[in-house]
Amino acid sequence: MSPSDIARPDPDLLLASLAAREARARRGRLRVFLGMCPGVGKTYAMLRAAQQARAAGTAVLVGIVETHGRAETAALLQGLEVLPRLAVAHRGATLPELDLETLRGRRPALAVVDELAHTNAPGSRHAKRWQDVLELLEAGIDVYTTLNIQHVESRADTVRQITGATQRETVPDTLLDLADELELVDVTPETLRERLRDGKVYLGERAAAAQENFFQESHLTALRELALRYTAERVERQLRALRAPMAKQTVWRSGERLLVAVGPSPFSTQLVRWTRRLAAAQGAPWLAVHVESAAPAPTETQRRIDQNLALARELGAEVVITQDEDPAAALVRVALQHNATQIVLGRPRESPWRRWLPGGTLVDRVLRQGGNIDVYVVPADPAGPRPPLAGLEFDPGLRSGAGEYAWAAGTVAGLTAAGLLLPAQYYLAAGLVYLLAVILLSLRLGRGPVLAAGVLSALTWNFLFIPPRFTFQIGKIEDGLLFGTYFVVALVAGQLTARIRAQALAEHRREGRASALFNLTRSLAEARTLDAAVFAALRQADQLFGAQTSLLLAGPAGGYVPHFAGSFVLDERERAVAEWAWRHRRPAGRFTDTLPASAGFYLPLVRADAAVGVLGVVVPSDSRLTLAQRDLLEAFARQLAQSVEREHLREAGEREKLLAESDRLHRTLLDSVSHELRTPLAVITSAAENLDPADAPARVALAGEIRTAARRLNRLVGNLLDQTRLESGVLRPRPDWCDPRDLVQAAVEEAGDALAGHPLEVQVPPDMPPVRADFALTTQALANLLLNAARHTPAATPVFVTAGIDRDGTRVYFTVADRGPGFPLAMRERLFQKFERGDVARAGGLGLGLSIVRGFVLAQHGEVIVGENPGGGAVFTIYLPHPPPQIPPAE
Amino acid sequence: MPAPLSPPPPALLVIDDEVQIRRLLRVSLEAAGYRVREAETGRLGLQEAATEPPDGIILDLGLPDLDGQEVLRRLREWTRVPVLVLSVREREEDKIAALDAGADDYLTKPFGGRELLARVRAVLRRAQPADEPAVVRVGDLEIDLAARTVRRAGSEVRLTAKEYGLLRLLVLHRGKVVTHRQLLRELWGPHAGDQTHYLRVHMAHLRQKLEAAPHAPRHLRTEAGIGYRLVTEADTGS
Repeated sequence: MSPSDIARPDPDLLLASLAAREARARRGRLRVFLGMCPGVGKTYAMLRAAQQARAAGTAVLVGIVETHGRAETAALLQGLEVLPRLAVAHRGATLPELDLETLRGRRPALAVVDELAHTNAPGSRHAKRWQDVLELLEAGIDVYTTLNIQHVESRADTVRQITGATQRETVPDTLLDLADELELVDVTPETLRERLRDGKVYLGERAAAAQENFFQESHLTALRELALRYTAERVERQLRALRAPMAKQTVWRSGERLLVAVGPSPFSTQLVRWTRRLAAAQGAPWLAVHVESAAPAPTETQRRIDQNLALARELGAEVVITQDEDPAAALVRVALQHNATQIVLGRPRESPWRRWLPGGTLVDRVLRQGGNIDVYVVPADPAGPRPPLAGLEFDPGLRSGAGEYAWAAGTVAGLTAAGLLLPAQYYLAAGLVYLLAVILLSLRLGRGPVLAAGVLSALTWNFLFIPPRFTFQIGKIEDGLLFGTYFVVALVAGQLTARIRAQALAEHRREGRASALFNLTRSLAEARTLDAAVFAALRQADQLFGAQTSLLLAGPAGGYVPHFAGSFVLDERERAVAEWAWRHRRPAGRFTDTLPASAGFYLPLVRADAAVGVLGVVVPSDSRLTLAQRDLLEAFARQLAQSVEREHLREAGEREKLLAESDRLHRTLLDSVSHELRTPLAVITSAAENLDPADAPARVALAGEIRTAARRLNRLVGNLLDQTRLESGVLRPRPDWCDPRDLVQAAVEEAGDALAGHPLEVQVPPDMPPVRADFALTTQALANLLLNAARHTPAATPVFVTAGIDRDGTRVYFTVADRGPGFPLAMRERLFQKFERGDVARAGGLGLGLSIVRGFVLAQHGEVIVGENPGGGAVFTIYLPHPPPQIPPAE
Repeated sequence: MPAPLSPPPPALLVIDDEVQIRRLLRVSLEAAGYRVREAETGRLGLQEAATEPPDGIILDLGLPDLDGQEVLRRLREWTRVPVLVLSVREREEDKIAALDAGADDYLTKPFGGRELLARVRAVLRRAQPADEPAVVRVGDLEIDLAARTVRRAGSEVRLTAKEYGLLRLLVLHRGKVVTHRQLLRELWGPHAGDQTHYLRVHMAHLRQKLEAAPHAPRHLRTEAGIGYRLVTEADTGS
């Protein structure tokens, strides 16, 4: 990097700061009153600030405030409007909650919402109050709220270490990052303890216990420091943000990016918070990565992984889920893909023997494979809660079904029964057969059953076959050696095969995911319309997730319209959830924190800066979405979003093209209409003027010119009228029995003297029966073909007209052929389009003639094609359906 | 052919809102010896026809105040005066409706002067049924309605009963259009109104027997979508 590069602001950073500024402009302003613990006077400070705002003329509405019976606080509510609380029924009790809907609907300039970390009663729209606040902010409403430092997500661990109390109600740091103002309400620990003694602090029922623990002077000092430091860090970050666009001689961070490995253990939770702090301190983005193994994790483990990843997401991490049997390789792979510069690992309770296996511990392997990526190893917190049965859960092999164990036991029992038939001296052979059986079993069964089969067969072999028989004793040294070797070989072979199988399984699943995505991409690309694409995508999703899906798209008249291809119908409630997801561009519904009681899970299709739709998924109520499925679903949503956006762009492009096309048509039409109308008019005008003084022969000639010009005008008007009739859709053919000779003759007469100079050859079989056609339309079509032939072929070249009935007697045809230049193949498609004139067209003609021919023929359920005349020139053929005519009754 | 010279020359009433058309018709018709009166609306036309009944009426279908069909209907309530309808090419349904409502013939705009005179003569002829001759000559054809024989260039042509019936109807209305419906009803009875293919077949045979060039008939002409017309004068342009 050159020095000038260093001094230059990163354009991404600038953009981000611009985007943030813009988002802030639309969003309501958030002011958080932060305290180190309860009782410092946050609510009091907040209400005072609200009173000031009211005095300044701001419309203030108090959503919810807990006065805890404190008179000074209650007094501050004087003059402020307080919204009645919403009674939410839950398990027989009613819980007073914030009435979010009303508050939002009232749209005050400023809403006062106490206790940001509060958890809402089940059945509320959001699980947490901070989500309510977020919604208010997004609605453009300013919010004042209060918060204690122990509820800040990234500080929760530290608080637990200080006080020993675990915090369940936490607020993500990302929300606090949104705060426009963070006001620290600070008192000294002495003052606080004084107030506590005076009974000015409400502590609830557990006041005494809390006082013992929480309000120890040492704790308070630590908490105070924590709150002060948090505020200071924030100020520093703000300073940095302020400085960033100025590009002074500041050192720009060279794209630091952190990556943390996330598993199911509570230790992972700490690790996530730790990484968030580190990332915040460095001002770097960070990733949370979970490596799934092939074997499906049990529900409880899955739930904890979900929780940890959700926490990471809340804390602002980009979450990546990948599948691999080797976590170390996966972590390094993801790190390289995302340009992570630092990997954070916990030093977990790995089995000590892992150290001795090839490769060593996870940390060792990441260190070795990671190249120049920094690796942080964070020691596990000994005070942290241990996951229940942690060791057992990690071994996927022990979770095989009872059926597999039965198989293992059965196989061993069967072989034993067969072995007992052997003479006693073949006990070595029996051992080999057992070994073979164990290895074969490991190809089919999980690790546990194979292990069981190995142990069982070893014991049986020893007991029943190895002399002395029917004891567990072993007589000879070499038998003992054999037995030991057998035991080890059986176990290792079983383990190894099981691992290979697991890897194959993982490979298979990865492949499944890749092929699912590939199939989706392909069917999206192949679909010719958006409807077809949506249909294909939804059916694939149905199949892949065993779910019902639905898609909301923007309707032509605005609003959200469910796509017809959806396999479930959204009722009003589900629709509201989907629309929420759309508006807020965040997933909602089941498996999320927003309206988790819904039946469906709703993923917005987000493109650039807007949602273009919502994908809804309903899985059976007893099943969950695994991480891999959710990840795949998100990939699906991204693909669909792309398709929808592409369609939007295509529509816009199409409109543009249509406009240009209609513009071109208009110009062409105006040009040719004025030419076509004015030419004969000019002839008539000048001929009429010349009639007066002209002598007799000239008069005849002039009269002829006038007549010709008039006929040309008449034909032009006729064509325009015909085209209008075709386009207005009022054309209703009146089929009647016609003599084909009549039709041809009428057409020839219609073409009139335009045909003069072209020898005309008509061939109609003398025995050709009447055909059913609209006389006028067919005549006009034929006449237009004749005129076309006359106009576009050199003088004196012949024109041929034939008529006849198809060999199979179902169609009647008329052909008009000429000896002109013919049409190049490429032109034939366009030939029948309106205002389309041959490239070699001579002056004259609107380009309507052939379009009318096609229109008139199509209206009679016929077709018209153009081909090449074998002897040179063009052939137009009109086909009309030919129902068998009735035979006239005998006379 | 000159109009009858013995007193008085036929009087024609032209009902058309276009002054140029009226002027043109007056010039052409007066040159041919007719007396011409004009009316520029349907109501004025009806008044004019009632106060002094003309020998024939030329009626435009597109009138500003009353529909041409309506004028025709009101005329037919009290008079059988010959009516020649003027119409534009596009409105075949109108032509048929007008013929069904009692018009004697129609003329398509734009039209030539000779065609106009031929039509006028044809519609006026019906007004003098006493003059009907028994033998009618059309080109080289000679049709003897009394003897029911047809000669072409002097030699007799054998016709079937239906062919003769068809020819006879056209001869009786020579110069004028005869609709399919009229022909079918006369020849096949009141229920054959839509069986036009009968007509096509017989007409094809008739042309084979009577026309020099059956592909391009000079006398037995097809009126697109309406009917047939026996053209007696070779010079009638289309």
